Order: sequence, then structure tokens, then C-alpha cells
Amino acid sequence: MAIKTEPFILNMGPQHPSTHGVFRMRVTLDGEVIVDVEPVIGYLHRGIEKLAEGRTYTQNIPLTDRMDYLASMTNNQAYVTAVEKLAGIQVPERAEYLRIIMAELMRIASHLMGVGFFLNDLGALMTPVLYMWREREKILDLFDMLCGQRLTYNYMRIGGVSHDIPEEFLSALKRFIAEMPGFTDEYDQLLAENEILLVRTKGVGILPKDLAINTGASGPVLRASGVKWDIRRADPYSIYDRFDFDIPTADSGDCYDRYWIKIQEIRQSTRILEQAVAQLPEGDICADVPQLIRPPVGEVYSRIEAPKGELGYYLVSDNSIAPYRFHVRPTELINLTALRDMSIGWKIADLIIIFGSIDVCLGEIDR
Amino acid sequence: MTVCLNGEEVAKKIGDAFPNSIDIADKATIIAKSEYLYQIAEFLKNNSDLKFDYLANQVAVDYMDYFEVVYNLVSLEYNHSLTLKVRCNDRENPTLPSVVSLWRTADYQEREIYDLMGITFTGHPNLKRLFLWEGFPGHPQRRDYL
Repeated sequence: MAIKTEPFILNMGPQHPSTHGVFRMRVTLDGEVIVDVEPVIGYLHRGIEKLAEGRTYTQNIPLTDRMDYLASMTNNQAYVTAVEKLAGIQVPERAEYLRIIMAELMRIASHLMGVGFFLNDLGALMTPVLYMWREREKILDLFDMLCGQRLTYNYMRIGGVSHDIPEEFLSALKRFIAEMPGFTDEYDQLLAENEILLVRTKGVGILPKDLAINTGASGPVLRASGVKWDIRRADPYSIYDRFDFDIPTADSGDCYDRYWIKIQEIRQSTRILEQAVAQLPEGDICADVPQLIRPPVGEVYSRIEAPKGELGYYLVSDNSIAPYRFHVRPTELINLTALRDMSIGWKIADLIIIFGSIDVCLGEIDR
Repeated sequence: MTVCLNGEEVAKKIGDAFPNSIDIADKATIIAKSEYLYQIAEFLKNNSDLKFDYLANQVAVDYMDYFEVVYNLVSLEYNHSLTLKVRCNDRENPTLPSVVSLWRTADYQEREIYDLMGITFTGHPNLKRLFLWEGFPGHPQRRDYL
């Protein structure tokens, strides 16, 4: 006699260790196989876009820290770049270099967290994360030295940055740059050919190239699917055209490639840091801007390559002291669009690593 | 460097295919008539000289007299970009055609706009509130919501 079976619905989250925040997946399962996934979000919605309409342009900088809180520096950078574009402000050269140094350090820190927790989800409980944390700690110490904060920096200002680097910063940064390639090799030694990692991630959660473009994926997710698209090269902002670096891409678009791309990007960011430190000029760190900025009437869409992908700001000004409309292009929310396509047909244990490989931070998804 | 296409030239091309479908076109943007939005979007995506395969960003702005939905389009192949806008004058029941079937990027973004701005997208496969719960009163991103 045939046993009658039917699919059932499982709620994963909102409180689940693998979601790194409050995120719920409504999973339809046939036994252990995934039939459908529907993300349910909004548990961390703070209405940042609405809040920002009632605050001045400068007061909004700390709000951006609280979006993707694992990459606050690049959030700052995306926002101040957009305001500068809107108001036509020129940034001094030294400030541009300092911004790039901080942004690339942030990229390394964010990728380390991304990779570390991805391996954590995979079952390599805490050991890889602690290796990654060892280096991330050094970056956070550098930021602490710089602005007294370890998570929400509020470092960049419209027209420049808030503080110049302290005396001991450069030598500590140089030491970090010298050590980092060795640490990256160590990760490769531990992980790149690890059999369990390969078996669990190779060929799992494939995102084909055309689907990646159609669903608007960006950053490591897009590049792992074989699209050579990095805004630092495609549409250079700040002074990225002065540096020599490669854009790593992979072709299969599986979980392993998304992991591998991040490790390669850590290497490239170290290269950029090396060049930026060598070229760092003397000079002003902030342009002369009025305390209350009133950009001319108009709108702007400005985007940068944040660690997790294209982070854009759409700002509308009505020539008052607060933005008329403040909108963030949510990198990670859009990267999640393809989650359903990537997970269907895989087992529930794979869903966790597929979700982990996208590398999300709920602070930005919900805003 | 991403080239911003001249809106007037692109509007001319669109005008050849769909006469009277464009309201205003200047150097930076094209403002399309809302009833032609889907056809224009399809044209921009499939035309071999334009090939806008990537919808980078979609945002709604409340200008009190009308809602404006902005589509920031990018072509990854040619590395050029275009800003397409569409206006919606009805404040009580604003409706626009959905572009999810062309660019799936619009899936969550249209849900977000529906949730916070209250614009309905016809043809969206799963138009539900994204951040707020069902039954939340009003649409908080509107300028007159206090």
C-alpha cells in the first residue's frame, strides 16, 4: 500500500541562529526537500528613510551606520558621496585616500565575517570564525584608534572625514597589511581544499548568470555567477581609478564560488591598501562646507561598491536643510530575490548554507 | 566609466516605436506616460542598441501633487545608464503596471513601494506588504503621513 504524503510548511526563524538577525523563512517541504521558500522580513524595520526626512544632511550620517552594521564605513561613504554629488562639493585629496583606506579595511572585515559565519552555518562551529575574528579584531582596533568606535563609526563627513589619523595609526596599518597575505594563505590552507567544505558547497545553490543579472544581484554574488561587474571599475567613484587591482570572478555560481570570491577580494583589498598607504598625501581632511548644507533643488542616484554589492542612495533635495526623499538601494534585500530559485530542490540543511553564502545583514534589509 | 545616455535621443527611439508615449524628455531623464510604461520598459530591455538588462534601483517619491516612480536602468553589456520616470496623479488609488516580468529585481522593490507609499502594481505576482504587517493603517513614507 502506498503511503499518502503531502508537503508541509516549516517556519524557520525569526529567531534562528543561522539567520544572523531576525529573519523568517516560510519553507514548504516535501520530506526534507525544499519545494518553496518565502522570506518574511520587517522585524527590524525602524523607518530609517522616514526618520531621515526630518533630520539635516549631516545628522543622517549616524543613521547610515545602523543599516549594514558590519560595514558602517562604506555606508557612510555611499551617503556622503551622494550628498557631495547633489551639492557639488569637492573633497580634498587626503580625505579621499583616507576614505579608501577605511572602505577597504571595512571590506576585509565584512568579508571575514561573511566567510566565518558561512562556515559556522556549515557546521564548522566557531573554529573558523575565531580565525577570521583574529584579523577582524585588528581592523576594529584600527577603527577604534581612529574614531573611538568599533561598530558604528560615524567617521565620514560631507566634504571629507571627521578626524585625521592618529600618529600610531599608520605603523599599525602597515603591520596589518604586511601580515594579512599570510593570514589569507592560512585560510586557504585550512579551508580551500577541505573535503567537507567542498562536498557541502560545490554545485549547491547555483545561481545562473542570466538569472543573477535579472534578479539584480550585485557584489560577490553577481561575480560568483561569472559577471565581471564591479562599480569600482565599471563606474569609478572617489579615486579608485588610481589603483591597480583585479576583479575576481568565478563561473559556476554555487556556494563555494561565493565563498572563494570573498577570499580573493580580501587579497585584492590588501593590494589597494598597500598602494593607498604608499600614495597617501598630506593636506586638508575636510572641505569648507557650511554647517547646514542646503543642496540645490534636484535629485541624485549615487552608487558605490559596498562589500556586499551595489549600495546606492537616491536623494531628492528641495533646497531645505533636510532631504525631501532619502532612499537606500538595499543591496542585500535585492540579493535575496534569487534565494527561492537557488534553494528549490535542495535539502533543508543546504538552505542554511545557501542563505549564509549570500551574506546578509538584517539591519540593511529591514532598514 | 558608465555613460549616462542622453534622454532626448533615447526618447526619439521610443517615440518611433510608440508615438506619444513620452511626456517629457531632457538630457538626464525620460518621463513616460504611465499607460505605456510596460511597453517602454520592454523596448528598453530588448532593443539591441540599448539592452538595459539590469534594473539597479526603483524608488517612489511623493511630490504631493503626484507620485513619481524612478527606474535607474543600467546595461551591464554596454555600461550605460538611463533614468526612466513615471508619474501617477491619482492620490486615492495610484496604480502602475508592474515590471517584475522583465526585471525580477523589481519584486521586493515594488512590494516596498506598495507597503510604504501605497502604489499598487498591476501584474505583480505577490503584492503584499514587505516590512509592515497586514492591516497597518496608511502608508508611512507618504509626505502627509504623520
